[in-house]
Amino acid sequence: MSRGHTTAGHEYPEIPAETLLTVEDLRTTFDTPRGKLTAVDGVSFELEAGRTLGVVGESGSGKTVLSRSVMRLLPKRGATSTGRVRFNGHEMVGLTQKQLRGIWGTELAMVFQDPMTSLNPTMRIGNQITESLRYHLGMSSSEATEHAVVLLSSVGIPTPERRLHDYPHQLSGGLRQRVTIAIALACGPRLLFADEPTTALDVTVQAQILDLLAAQQRERSMAMILVTHDLGVVAGRTDDIAVMYGGKIVEQAPTKTLFAEMRMPYTEALLGSIPRADQPSHTPLQAIPGRPPDLVSPPPGCRFAPRCPYAQPRCRHEEPPLREAPTKGHRFACWFPVGTPEGRQALEENRVRGVALDPARSVTT
Amino acid sequence: MAEALVAIEDPAVLPDTVGVRQPRRFTVLFWIAVVWLVLIIALAVFASVLPLDSPTQVFACIPNSAPSWHHLLGCDELGRDMLSRIVFGARVSLEVGFTAVFIGLVFGGTAGLVAGYFGGKTDLIISSAMNVLLAFPALVLALAVIAFLGQSLRNVILILGLLSIAPLARLVRASTVVYAQREFVTAARMMGFRSRRILFREVLPNVMPSTLSFAIVAVAVAIVAEGALSFLGLSVRPPAPTWGNMIAEGSTYLSENAWLALCPAAVLCLTVLALNFAGDGLRSFFDVKDSAL
Repeated sequence: MSRGHTTAGHEYPEIPAETLLTVEDLRTTFDTPRGKLTAVDGVSFELEAGRTLGVVGESGSGKTVLSRSVMRLLPKRGATSTGRVRFNGHEMVGLTQKQLRGIWGTELAMVFQDPMTSLNPTMRIGNQITESLRYHLGMSSSEATEHAVVLLSSVGIPTPERRLHDYPHQLSGGLRQRVTIAIALACGPRLLFADEPTTALDVTVQAQILDLLAAQQRERSMAMILVTHDLGVVAGRTDDIAVMYGGKIVEQAPTKTLFAEMRMPYTEALLGSIPRADQPSHTPLQAIPGRPPDLVSPPPGCRFAPRCPYAQPRCRHEEPPLREAPTKGHRFACWFPVGTPEGRQALEENRVRGVALDPARSVTT
Repeated sequence: MAEALVAIEDPAVLPDTVGVRQPRRFTVLFWIAVVWLVLIIALAVFASVLPLDSPTQVFACIPNSAPSWHHLLGCDELGRDMLSRIVFGARVSLEVGFTAVFIGLVFGGTAGLVAGYFGGKTDLIISSAMNVLLAFPALVLALAVIAFLGQSLRNVILILGLLSIAPLARLVRASTVVYAQREFVTAARMMGFRSRRILFREVLPNVMPSTLSFAIVAVAVAIVAEGALSFLGLSVRPPAPTWGNMIAEGSTYLSENAWLALCPAAVLCLTVLALNFAGDGLRSFFDVKDSAL
C-alpha cells in the first residue's frame, strides 16, 4: 500500500520514521438547532508508524470528535468535516463508505470506551472475533478459531478455548475490554484508536488494560492514538501528547517535555487537577473553575482565557496562534506561557488585582 | 435507565435485576398457556389422523345433542360433531394467525429494520408508507380484497398479513433505532462490515426477542380478526369450519342452544388468552435479561 506513493527524492516508506497519519487543518462541524457547532477547529498533527499519541482534554474538548473525524466515523447527517487526513497512503476525506470499509478493521481499528456496550450481547465471544478474520482475511472457520484462541491468550484471557463459547454478559468488565482489544487487533491494524479505553473500568483494572495496550502496540509496532481526559493515563505510555481545548490543540509535545516544561496554563490546570498520593489527606481537589467554551459561538481571543489564572486583556480579544517552543516537537498556543517571565508577570498582576479565577464570570461567557 | 424503567413497570422483576446470573422463572400462568397452545396446535396438526368424525358430515349424531362419550362436545344443529369442527376449525384459525403474522414479520420487520437503521429519507419514506397502511380502514380493505379477489382462505391470510405489516414495522423500527446507536454496532462498522451484515448479524438478533413476543400477541389479534371476518361471512365459506363461522352459525340459535356459539367462542377466547400470556411472559423474560446486561 505504502509502495504506491514512493516517489523520487522520498525516503523508503518502510523505514521506521515513516509518517503513518497526517492530519491537516481538520475541521468538523455539526448542525445544531442553535447553529453550527465547531467541535474540531483546524487541528493538524502527524503520527509516525509505531508511535503513540495521547490526546487529552476534558469532556467537550473535541477529542472524541477528532478521533471519529480522523476515522471518518461521523454521523451521515448534520456533520461536515473538511481538511486533509492522510493515512497510510489513503486520502481519507472524501472516501466512500465502500472504500472506507476496506480500511476499517484491517488497517485502522478502534477500542471503545465501554466494553459493556461495545460487544454484541447476542453473539458468542468466539464468533465476534472470528467473523472479522473470516470476512477480511478469508480464513476458514477452524483457522479463524485457532487464531482467536491465540489472540485471546495474547490479551491475557485465561482459558481462551473455553471463553470462546461465552457470551459477553458472562465476562467481567476487564475481561470484556480485553476481548474488544482482541477484536480490534484481529486483522493486524497499523493504527489503533483507543477512545477512553479505561474510563468505564474499575481502577484496579485500568492499569492492566493500559499496559496491555502498550505491550500490544510495541509488539505489533502499530501506531496508537490514546484519547483520554486523564493526563495520568497517558503519562508513561505515550510518545507524544496533544492537549485539546475547545476543539483546538492548545499544546503538543513529547510526553517528557510536556510534563517538564508545559507552556499552556490549561495543561498546568489539568495536571493540577489530578490528586496526588503525596498530598496530605483532605487536600481539596484542584478543580478548573468554569466550563468549557460554547462551541456554537466561541468567545473571541483565547478560548481558555475566561478560566485562566494567567489571562490578560490581550487574551480576551486576540487568539494566540499555535507556535513552536524552543524544544523540538513542542508547540503551544499562549500569549503568557507558563514558566516564562511573561507568564510569571501575568500571574502576579492578576494576583495583585485579585481578578484571578472568578468562576462566575467564566460561566456567563 | 432501562433498569429503572423495568423496575418501576413491574415490581415483581425487581429482585431479578440485581444479579445477572440468577435463573429467571416463568410464571405458572405462562406454563398453563403454553400447555394449552401446544394442545391446540397438536390437535390441529394431527386432526386428520385423530379418531374424529368428518367435520362436514351431517347427521353424524343427533342434532343439538348434548356432550356424550362419543361426541365429547356434542353436536350442532345439523348433527355435525362439535369437537371435530373445533379441531378442524383450529387449523384455519392457527394457519391464518401464524401465516398472516409471518407475512407481517417478513415485510414489516425488514421495512422496520431498514428504516430504523438507515434513518433519514429512507426512514421518512418507509414510516410514511406505514402510517398510510395504519390509517387505512381495515374492514374496508378486507371488503375490497374479498370483492375483487374472491372469498378464500388465501385472501383472508393476505388481508390480515397486509394489516399486520405496519404495526410490526413500527415496533421493529423503534427497537432498531435504539440498537443502531449502541456501540457494538459502531464497533461492527469500524470492523469494516457491510450494512447488510450489520443489520442481520448485529441488530436483528437483538431486536428479535421483543419482536417475537409481540408477534405472538399479534397472532392472537389475527385469530380474533379472522373470527370477525368469518362472522361477517367474509372468510372461508361454510361448511368448512372455522371458529369464527361456528360462532356465527351458533349465534342464530343462542336462545335455544347457546352451547353451539359458546363452545367455539370459549376455545377462541382461551387460545387468544394463552397467546397473550405466552407473549407477555416471553417479553418480560427478555426485558429483564436485556436490562441486566
